[in-house]
Amino acid sequence: MSIAETVATADRRARMGLLARAEPARLAALLGADLPEHVVLRAPEIGAVMVRGRVGGAGDAFNLGEMTVTRCSLRLASGVVGHAYVQGRDRDHARQAALVDALMQTGRSAEIEARVLAPLAAEETARRSARAARAAATKVEFFTMVRGED
Amino acid sequence: MDSAALQGGFADPPVESARAFRAVLDAMARPGTIRRVTGAAPPAPLSVAAGVLLLVLTDRTTPVWLAPSHDHADVRDWIAFQTGAPIAAPGGAAFALGDWAGLRPPGRFPTGTPDYPDRSVTLIVEQTVLRAEGARLTGPGIAGPAALNLPETAAFAENRARFPLGFDCYFTAGERLAALPRSTRVEAG
Amino acid sequence: MYVAVKGGERAIDNAHAWLAEERRGDPAVPALGLDQIAGQLALAVNRVMAEGSLFDRGLAALAIKQARGDLIEAIFLIRAYRTTLPRFGASVPVDTAGMACIRRISATFKDAPGGQVLGPTFDYTHRLLDFALAAEGAVPEAPQAEPQPGPVPHVTGFLGRDGMIEPAESTGAEPRDLTREPLSLPADRALRLQALARGDEGFVLGLAYSTQRGYGRTHAFVGELRIGTVGVEIEIPELGFAVEIGEVELTECETVNQFKGSRTEPPQFTRGYGLTFGQTERKAIAMSLVDRALRWRELGEDDTGAPAQDEEFVLSHCDNIQATGFLEHIKLPHYVDFQSELELVRKLRAEAEQARAARKAAE
Repeated sequence: MSIAETVATADRRARMGLLARAEPARLAALLGADLPEHVVLRAPEIGAVMVRGRVGGAGDAFNLGEMTVTRCSLRLASGVVGHAYVQGRDRDHARQAALVDALMQTGRSAEIEARVLAPLAAEETARRSARAARAAATKVEFFTMVRGED
Repeated sequence: MDSAALQGGFADPPVESARAFRAVLDAMARPGTIRRVTGAAPPAPLSVAAGVLLLVLTDRTTPVWLAPSHDHADVRDWIAFQTGAPIAAPGGAAFALGDWAGLRPPGRFPTGTPDYPDRSVTLIVEQTVLRAEGARLTGPGIAGPAALNLPETAAFAENRARFPLGFDCYFTAGERLAALPRSTRVEAG
Repeated sequence: MYVAVKGGERAIDNAHAWLAEERRGDPAVPALGLDQIAGQLALAVNRVMAEGSLFDRGLAALAIKQARGDLIEAIFLIRAYRTTLPRFGASVPVDTAGMACIRRISATFKDAPGGQVLGPTFDYTHRLLDFALAAEGAVPEAPQAEPQPGPVPHVTGFLGRDGMIEPAESTGAEPRDLTREPLSLPADRALRLQALARGDEGFVLGLAYSTQRGYGRTHAFVGELRIGTVGVEIEIPELGFAVEIGEVELTECETVNQFKGSRTEPPQFTRGYGLTFGQTERKAIAMSLVDRALRWRELGEDDTGAPAQDEEFVLSHCDNIQATGFLEHIKLPHYVDFQSELELVRKLRAEAEQARAARKAAE
């Protein structure tokens, strides 16, 4: 892969993750009702992915348990194909994530980035920071007691 | 992955796959009868019937072997996207697809064990045409005289002799399919 | 021999209707919302996800509501539901080193990088019932502090650098899957961990406690306990690369146990490992103790005969759905079986009586 392809893949991976982690209602609100014409290649389908851990955190893989996932693949009128695999059982979430994935491969990418992805990313960062800040407040500050004669 | 791999599955999976499965089940239950199936549009050179068989019978747990005549990148991609079935070597295949020249000899595929005779391959044999004439078929599920234009009789007669071990077959041509379980006696017509 | 008994459909229908009424309770009292269960009984939801072996908070909340709070019944519902889901694949193994931790403590190292982060823990509460909670009340916002940047490395990594702890190495082997094939022994460590992760918390807790009381000779320290979210990635064939499909909250426990060196190995610490869905701390710690106890053979230790060292005993009995399934079946009609038992007992008693009468006559 060329450098440009590597960057493009990394960008696509990042935004697909962002779309998967997004609150379905929020994504729907940001995307709006005016969805582009598309042909469904694989209708939103609910299934499961087996989550794996590593023995001792770094050893052989083991099967921890499954999580619900919904996937969808569609094609815009222009022929661009979008895919989505999103946690949960929300078919609309999967369809909208696939639409955004497709739109981000078209001339509308800048508009979608600004209107949909940037707010989602900002809100996610804020949520994560709030949680991290609460955790940080529970970090123990030790006071060492000096014993014995000085 | 090419866009062609992403198409050609059932448009209405719950309904179409149920109908297709019924036809497939029926064909195996009544060996030699020819059924018509629709709903799959796989890449060449797969027939519609072979595509339907893959859609209803294969998934991530059923490794598939493709004979050289059918082993193209777009076929592999179509199978990967539509079914998730992994491609395997002949010795580990649950399903093997190709024309008879590419599939024989069937001995390299799993034919089951005495404890688990079902852990054996199902062959999907692509032909140019299916006709109810040629080799004579008798046995379970066959009421009157039955015949099918099998590519040969020797291999299938040998298979029957090894019952309960052995392989089972679907024969496909265009939208038509027929089936031959290992329990059927096959003689030259 | 099993004999089919028929009848009682009307009684069953009526029982179900009454069950629904009992479940709802007093209609004047507001019905439970799933968001209430998921939000305010999160630790129950976590247990149901962990032992149901399906990470989905909404489903677990629904199962708890439907099961009227009986968590094993809820787990049963989740186990049944997951059989309806097509499997899309397996994830890339999660990277717990990159976890966004809400809680991270170590009993072995006070000043590990990242520090001791208590998180929303019960540990230091006084366990006095708080009657103020009986009334609804607003809760003040929790204090916040500047978050530290970057992920927090595993404590055991530091021990490992000096060769003080056995390494955790990967052979790249594909793990066996209890959801696809029945348990067969001997089980490797990956299969044991899958079984323990979905095993009953009470059973695993009891076994873990037994190892601390001397049934088995491990003495464990909690090297690290961390709770937080990790991303889950899966390879997508149609894309040709892996994407993140979401996040799961996990609890990870690594215990550090001592091991006397052998002829070939200098003394090293050995590991126990626990990993569970959700904030399920007790389960993760217990899992790591039992994991360690079950490793006695590969570590060249003696089998002291302790239950926690007996792989067949632990793995066959830790699944609470299998356990309750067989346990509860004995309440179902066994009328014909019992009739035949009754006949047999009567016959034996009659024979014994005859024999006694015959002896008496002979005297």
